[in-house]
Amino acid sequence: MNNVIRQHFDVLVVGAGPAGMAAATCAAESGLHVGMVDDNPGIGGQIWRGDTINSATEAKHWAQRLGAAKVDVACGTRVFGHPGTGILLAERGNDVYELKYRKLVLATGARERFLPFPGWTLLNVMGAGGLQALVKSGLPIEGKRVVIAGTGPLLLAVAAYLRHHQANVLMVCEQQSWTSLVRFGVELLRQPQKIRQAISLQGALGGIPFVPNCWPIEAMGRDSLERVVIRRNGKTETIVCDYLACGFHLVPNTEIAELLACEIRNGYVHVDEFQQTSRADVFCAGEPTGIGGLDLSIAEGQIAGYAAAGNKSAAKMLCKTRGKMKRFAGVLDNTFTLRPELRSLPSQTTIVCRCEDVDYSRLSRHTSWRAAKLDTRCGMGPCQGRVCGPATRFLFGWSPDSVRPPIFPTSLANLGALSSQSITEHCEVTGGCA
Amino acid sequence: MSATSRFGSDTLVAEQITVTVNGILVVVADGTTVAVAVLLQGTSCRRSVSGQPRGPLCGMGICFECRVEINGTPHCRSCQIVCESGMEIRAGE
Ligand SMILES: Cc1cc2nc3c(=O)[nH]c(=O)nc-3n(C[C@H](O)[C@H](O)[C@H](O)COP(=O)(O)OP(=O)(O)OC[C@H]3O[C@@H](n4cnc5c(N)ncnc54)[C@H](O)[C@@H]3O)c2cc1C
Ligand code: FES
Repeated sequence: MNNVIRQHFDVLVVGAGPAGMAAATCAAESGLHVGMVDDNPGIGGQIWRGDTINSATEAKHWAQRLGAAKVDVACGTRVFGHPGTGILLAERGNDVYELKYRKLVLATGARERFLPFPGWTLLNVMGAGGLQALVKSGLPIEGKRVVIAGTGPLLLAVAAYLRHHQANVLMVCEQQSWTSLVRFGVELLRQPQKIRQAISLQGALGGIPFVPNCWPIEAMGRDSLERVVIRRNGKTETIVCDYLACGFHLVPNTEIAELLACEIRNGYVHVDEFQQTSRADVFCAGEPTGIGGLDLSIAEGQIAGYAAAGNKSAAKMLCKTRGKMKRFAGVLDNTFTLRPELRSLPSQTTIVCRCEDVDYSRLSRHTSWRAAKLDTRCGMGPCQGRVCGPATRFLFGWSPDSVRPPIFPTSLANLGALSSQSITEHCEVTGGCA
Repeated sequence: MSATSRFGSDTLVAEQITVTVNGILVVVADGTTVAVAVLLQGTSCRRSVSGQPRGPLCGMGICFECRVEINGTPHCRSCQIVCESGMEIRAGE
């Protein structure tokens, strides 16, 4: 029988990345009882995961403030359901948490967008952030030949990170054209802190070839990756390598917000100047409200934390900083739009839905996500369309169905806890309530 | 709710942990995830529904490609679980 543990917070924060850490800290420093959950083994989110939390100056600053503010942190804890107003359900191993809150801050971050191409299911073909995450969690990369491909500023951050860890980064392939990138560069010039980041990045890249107008068309190897074929200025080229790290910018994790019926606009959670969603008790900060990078996530997190704690004057003081950064988010979205040629990357037999092994030919017969899903089980596997959803949206223009609980597959026993009724029963039987 | 966050500790430079992957001993640094132990052993994490070998894609708990069996529990997302001494991992099956 699974344990059910009940907790009650003034403010509950979901996601312990930069936005969540800032939100939790500011709410707790305002004198409230604050809890924070994250499904990763440690705090820090995507950028500060693993040992980075102890080395990056800004990460250390927030980790220390968070600790001093006595935020109750639970890592390895995944939110999967919302049985009623003011309650979220989360699981950690065999334990179910019933988390009650007065105010909720969603800081669930973003994930990479993956596009299918022949061979993308081979071992050692991974996301760009995916490979970086594995290196941050212990994968030795020294001397390994890596091709980085796709689109977005993450490719450069990953290249610099891997090079710093002595990987042999052979090339960064960016699908976008020089013209768009130059326009992006001009926009960067308006943002002093971004210029500083760009200059230090330039140094960290240390001569790794950066090739615009270039994208992978096939990954090859027996079971595991051996070489990648790229398209570069209209010609194809084959590169022998150990890893292909490939991601096409980011998509926001809006599932919990959707479950809570918060308004979504153009794919992002809609918020007001205090990071408040269309639901008065729910705030949202960081990537789910727009992909804008680290500084914006931290600014939004602070505003959300203060506002959730009712400290509106402190929140208001940060609005100006956020405004400037928000502009950058819009520029990012416009710069790294996908070129239409990428729609013809998959062959008829390329797998699009990796959970259910549904190939392109079976999907292309359908006219909607719903019809494809019913006929092929596309998107019905454990990732619940988190990978193939954004891909089919780009390939076929389909919109995914509305989100249903549980938002992550969970054990049957934990699923039982979806109704508050059964939680009470579990508690009576197990005495497991905290 | 206890604090399991790792800030303040030198996770990745600390001691070595031994686990088994399909019965073979694998030694990793403390703080290493199960996904990495499986990659180091040189096997895939799982077989897809049509039998293809699969390994980590997202590294962040989203894609479910890194599922393995840990101490008898199937379908664990190995990219989000840190190795513990004596863990028995079954992968690629
Ligand atoms: C894979 C990846 C790698 C990146 N690497 C870099 C980099 O090297 N350099 C850089 O400048 N920027 C990087 N970025 C961008 C960076 O993440 C943002 O700039 C910013 O730091 C985001 O902060 P955040 O707090 O909004 O989100 P995140 O840092 O993504 O934090 C969100 C957290 O919420 C958790 N979460 C989500 N859903 C749930 C749930 N249901 N239950 C519990 N927890 C949940 C996630 O696991 C995550 O830890 C990366 C992004 C991604 C997706
Ligand atoms: S690699 Fe995607 S869930 Fe673990």
